[in-house]
Amino acid sequence: MATSDMNVIELQGVSVRYRAQKIRSLKEMVIRTVTRHAPAPYFYSLKDVSLTIGRGESVAIIGANGAGKSTLLRVAAGIIAPSEGVVLARGTVAPLLELGTGFEAELSGRENILFNGALLGRTRAQMRAQMDAIVAFSGLEEQIDAPLRTYSTGMSARLAFAVATAIEADTILLDEILAVGDASFRERCEERIATFVRQGTTILLVTHDLRSAMTICRRAIWISHGQVVADGPSSDVVAQYLAKHG
Amino acid sequence: MSAVEPSAPHSALRRYAAGEPLRLRGELRDMREHMSLLRELVHRDLTVRYKRSIFGFVWTMLHPLLLMLIFVAVFSRLFRFDTPHYETYFLSAYIAWNFFSQTVINAMASVAWNGPLMKRIRVPPTIFTLSTVISGMVNVALSLIVLLPIMVAVGAPLHATLVMLPVSLLLVGMFTFGVSLVLTAVSVFFADVREMVQAGMPALMYLTPVIYPVAIVPDRYRWLIRLNPLTYVMEIVRDPIYYGIVPAPRTFAVATCVSFGAVAIGWMVFRHLAPRFHGHL
Repeated sequence: MATSDMNVIELQGVSVRYRAQKIRSLKEMVIRTVTRHAPAPYFYSLKDVSLTIGRGESVAIIGANGAGKSTLLRVAAGIIAPSEGVVLARGTVAPLLELGTGFEAELSGRENILFNGALLGRTRAQMRAQMDAIVAFSGLEEQIDAPLRTYSTGMSARLAFAVATAIEADTILLDEILAVGDASFRERCEERIATFVRQGTTILLVTHDLRSAMTICRRAIWISHGQVVADGPSSDVVAQYLAKHG
Repeated sequence: MSAVEPSAPHSALRRYAAGEPLRLRGELRDMREHMSLLRELVHRDLTVRYKRSIFGFVWTMLHPLLLMLIFVAVFSRLFRFDTPHYETYFLSAYIAWNFFSQTVINAMASVAWNGPLMKRIRVPPTIFTLSTVISGMVNVALSLIVLLPIMVAVGAPLHATLVMLPVSLLLVGMFTFGVSLVLTAVSVFFADVREMVQAGMPALMYLTPVIYPVAIVPDRYRWLIRLNPLTYVMEIVRDPIYYGIVPAPRTFAVATCVSFGAVAIGWMVFRHLAPRFHGHL
C-alpha cells in the first residue's frame, strides 16, 4: 500500500457513485420506506480509475461534459470520499477558487484577504506578511478597509485574483477556472499557473480548452463516462481526443 | 514567492478509502492544520453579527431581555410563583437555553451555506459545526457579563459560586456540540430536518425547566423532566448563578455524563455520515 515519496496522489480502483434520484427529505424517505419503493439505481461518476500523479507534474483532465472530470479532481484532492477503492495523497492541496467563492460582503477587503488565505490553508501570520504585496497587486489601497459590499464587480475580481496569487501548496487544483473571468483575468491566471509549474508545484487542471491543456500541462488524462480513455503526454492525448471528437 | 517546500506535518500520507468512517486522529490532525481557518470562521461569525450597528451586541441582548419582561409579567404576577428574583431565575437558564437552541440551528445552517466551499476545498468536516459552537460560546460569555449588572440592579445576590460557571459552560458547550454534530450530519441528507428542529425547539424549552420552577410541575409529570438531559445541563448553569450553590454531585455527574456522551454519540454519527456528504451538498 505504500506510495513512493515522489507520488503526490495515487488512485487505486477508485469509483464514485451517486443515487440517480436523491431523496431530499425525511418525509420522502418515510413515504418510500412505507410504500416499499425501490431505491433509485446508482449512477457512476467515476468507475474503477487507477492512476498515479508524481510530484511536480502538471496534469490536464479533459473530456466531455459530465464525463467525471471535476469528480476526479475532487476525489484526488480528498474533497470527496471514494465510493470504492483507495486514494493516497501527500502534501497540502489548495484550489485556485473562482471569483467570489469564499468572500463575505460584510467584511472589509483586508479581512477577506485573511479569511480567504485561511480557507486556502495559510496562517494569519503568513497572510499578514504578504498583505502589503497582495493589496498593492490588487491596486485597491484606497478601499481595502471598506466592506466588500461597497466594491464594484471589477474591484472584487481584482481582489480575488490578488488573493489567489498568494496561495502556496504542494498541489494546486484548477477546476474550469479559465472559463470564467474576462480576457485579462484569464491571461494573468495563465501567467500565474506557469509560475506554479516552474516552481515545481503539482497542478491538476480541469478544462474544456484543449489549447490551454496543451500549453500549461505536460500530461493529460482523457476521461469519458467515468473511465480513463487515454493518459499520456498532453499533445498525444489531445490529438487522440480531437481524432474522436473532431 | 519562494519555491514550495512541503512542511513536516503536511507531508504525512493521507488515505481515503471507500466505506471508511472518519478517524478521530485524522480529524484532530486536520483541525490542528486548520486552526487559522477555525479562527477566521469564528471571527467572521462575530464581526458579521456585530458589525452593522454600534448596538449590534445590545440587539442580541434585547431579545432575551424583552422575553424576560414578558415572563416576569406573566409568571410572577399572574401565576404568582414564589420565586424570588424571578428575572435572575429565568435569565440564568434562558441564556444557556438560547445558546443551545440557536447554536444547533445555526450549525445546521452553516453546513448548508458552506456547501459550495466544501465542494471546492478540503477542510475538516466538523470545522463549521465547531466554529458555530465557539462563536456561540463567546456570545454566552458576553450575555453573562450583561447579566451581572442586571442582577445588581434588581438586588439579586451575587454568589461566590459564579467562579465555577466556566466549568458549567464548557459542559453546556460540549453537549451542544454533540447534538449539533448529529443534527448537521442528518440535515445534509434531509433538508426538512432543519425545519423540524426549528419547530421542535419551543416544545423542548417547555419540557425543560427554563421559565418555570420545577416545583409547579405536578408529581406525575416530573419523570418527564427528569428524563430530559437538558434539565441537568441547565441546572448546572442556574445553580451557581441563582441559587449560589455548587451543583449537587448527582446533578453534576449526570450533566457531565450527558455532555461527554453527547459528544461521543455526535462524533460516532458524524464520522459515518460525513464520507457520504458530497452527493448532497
